[in-house]
Amino acid sequence: MSNIKILPFTGQNIDELLALCPFNAIEKAGDSVEINAGCRMCRICIKRRPDVFVLAEPPRKVTVNKQDWQGIAVYIEHLNAVIHPVSFELIGKARELAGKTGQPVFCLLIGDSVKNLASQLLEYGVDKVFVYDQPELGHFKIEPYTAVFEDFINLVKPSGVLVGGTSIGRSLAPRVAARFRTGLTADCTILDINSNTDIDQIRPAYGGNIMAHIHTPHHRPQFATVRYKIFNAPEKTQSTGLVEHCQIDPSRLYSAIELLEVRRKEKVRSIEDAEAIIVAGKGIKKEADLQMVYELAEKLDAMTAGTRPLIEQGWFDPRLQIGLSGRTVKPKLIITCGVSGSVQFAAGMQGADNIIAINNDPRAAIFDVAHYAVIGDLYQVVPALLEKIRRGGSLI
Amino acid sequence: MKIFVCIKQVPDSTKVDIDPETMTLKRGGIDSKINPFDLYAIETAVKLKEAHQAHICAISMGPQQAEAAIRESYTLGVDEGILLSDRNFAGADVLATAYALSQGILSLGLPDIVICGRQTTDGDTGQVGPEIAEFLNIPHLAYVRHIVESDDKGMVVEMDMPETVEVVRVNYPCLITVEKGIFQPRLPSFKLKMATKERPIRRLTLADLPDSEPERYGLKGSPTQVIKVFPPKISSERETWQDSSEVLSEKIFAKLNELKFL
Ligand SMILES: Cc1cc2nc3c(=O)[nH]c(=O)nc-3n(C[C@H](O)[C@H](O)[C@H](O)COP(=O)(O)OP(=O)(O)OC[C@H]3O[C@@H](n4cnc5c(N)ncnc54)[C@H](O)[C@@H]3O)c2cc1C
Ligand SMILES: Nc1ncnc2c1ncn2[C@@H]1O[C@H](COP(=O)(O)O)[C@@H](O)[C@H]1O
Repeated sequence: MSNIKILPFTGQNIDELLALCPFNAIEKAGDSVEINAGCRMCRICIKRRPDVFVLAEPPRKVTVNKQDWQGIAVYIEHLNAVIHPVSFELIGKARELAGKTGQPVFCLLIGDSVKNLASQLLEYGVDKVFVYDQPELGHFKIEPYTAVFEDFINLVKPSGVLVGGTSIGRSLAPRVAARFRTGLTADCTILDINSNTDIDQIRPAYGGNIMAHIHTPHHRPQFATVRYKIFNAPEKTQSTGLVEHCQIDPSRLYSAIELLEVRRKEKVRSIEDAEAIIVAGKGIKKEADLQMVYELAEKLDAMTAGTRPLIEQGWFDPRLQIGLSGRTVKPKLIITCGVSGSVQFAAGMQGADNIIAINNDPRAAIFDVAHYAVIGDLYQVVPALLEKIRRGGSLI
Repeated sequence: MKIFVCIKQVPDSTKVDIDPETMTLKRGGIDSKINPFDLYAIETAVKLKEAHQAHICAISMGPQQAEAAIRESYTLGVDEGILLSDRNFAGADVLATAYALSQGILSLGLPDIVICGRQTTDGDTGQVGPEIAEFLNIPHLAYVRHIVESDDKGMVVEMDMPETVEVVRVNYPCLITVEKGIFQPRLPSFKLKMATKERPIRRLTLADLPDSEPERYGLKGSPTQVIKVFPPKISSERETWQDSSEVLSEKIFAKLNELKFL
């Protein structure tokens, strides 16, 4: 139940109150209004009309003893004996969080014949790697992996659990979080920690240019998923950590799923690996106009990418979408053409070394993340630039 | 065969404009539609129904007006609709949403298949499906992009993973989350629209659920709490160039040279 209270009011225009809520969660109820199931506790109504909407006391009592839950655990993803780089990035973040609160960093490694990967993890300053190495775990299947994860959590009682926002992570993390009836914050872009071990989980939200700061104050462990390339990979350090070999009864590894075949997909060059990217946004009016973007990309040996509306129009392959629901990129150079810079888009590219943004609206949010804010019409600037590159090339 | 499809009503625009300074909405009266990813879930259910004479029930948690989404699903081939709507469900995070949906499903008996969309366009976590599966204690498969074959005991599906396609067989009961492109969603049928005009939409409130403990739902049942919202950080070292296109392109050209991209 939402804990927004409605104060008695008279002579108000009810429709005005209804219009306050982006989720249509304010409903007419006789002469008054009530908050319905659409409420997301965004508190916009409270901010705007404190005379009508007030926050009731949170109905909370502490249920968990946080002292019993110690350490930040990282789920290690791997494929064909190679650890996914997002796992190292998460170890780096886990060390930072654990360092601030004097907690240990743990890794959970699940698979078949994966013992040798454990020593690699220790080189990154992990305190303990828990390895479940059993033939039944050779391939990711949801029930056995969840069972192992559950076993690990019961054994170790970590305060926080970080999982890569990969295909596997986004399937496994919610399942385990639900088993422990605890919170999960998906696709965090910033993580920090409080002295009471509550993790500050920050992610873009509500579809607007807004970041949400999320806590899991009364439950442990705290689950967060983070996409590849959001955090930096850590430096190697002296390894003083330990490896602990664990076993789980094979009878707990039953799965209703039978793997029949694994087919490799043709490898496409991914924008995550590009040095330079030219991004097209809705400022590009027609598909044919993409030609200038392609030409610029060719001249700079860059890849091209798009914002979500262009992907939805079918102008680009979905694998070329940058942003929260696309890919995260950290190239040396990004040039955005006609991109407004919504927080979901920016979340996927603000780590780039040099961001040149071309937009004709001086107030565009993209300029908040850009290093070079180019206020101009892309239909003039880009062709003029191409002209210079063509000429420049021949002059040298 | 019994199939449940989870559908959500979402705002009919990619963006809810909120002014970060005043925290006010820039636009009122937003239209709503079925979460576009859930149209693929509905289509998948209808395709299975055509092959196996299944009964399809659509379920949604949301305000009263989400009835419109269920009504629309009737015009696509859904047989029955349930709306979970109660003040006690308000403020739900992923866990509380998934729990309420699982309870709603359970109150009608465990089906053979539950189908979810890949993600919602507003919540955008893609996590509700796997959590429902956990609460129903059934296996789930995510990223299903193709149904190779299905019979009355189980089905063979292709899952779209980053570097591979995995072909697996799963026995019912199970939950799948389907990818865009698994099938092309059909357009609403006028015939069905007329035929289902009077078809009821069952509303379930907290009291109708097997577990009617209010602590498990909505804000109270949500382990995660939004403690504040704020505008994103602004880059501090920024050069702003405002000039004629000629000068602007010159500056970009010089910068690209300096960065050694030319
Ligand atoms: C849950 C959720 C997840 C999302 N995930 C993503 C995601 O992963 N990636 C993503 O991109 N989006 C995502 N979005 C959508 C996002 O909110 C924006 O709607 C989208 O990024 C806007 O794309 P755009 O900048 O191309 O278009 P617009 O916002 O329409 O911006 C176009 C810009 O072009 C400028 N312009 C117009 N004409 C010219 C001209 N001639 N010269 C120069 N400039 C010009 C305009 O000033 C404007 O700023 C998500 C939304 C939600 C709700
Ligand atoms: N309130 C809801 N009612 C019904 N189904 C939902 C709801 N929220 C999420 N879902 C289902 O879960 C999927 C993933 O949603 P999400 O985790 O919000 O991205 C959606 O595509 C729907 O199938």
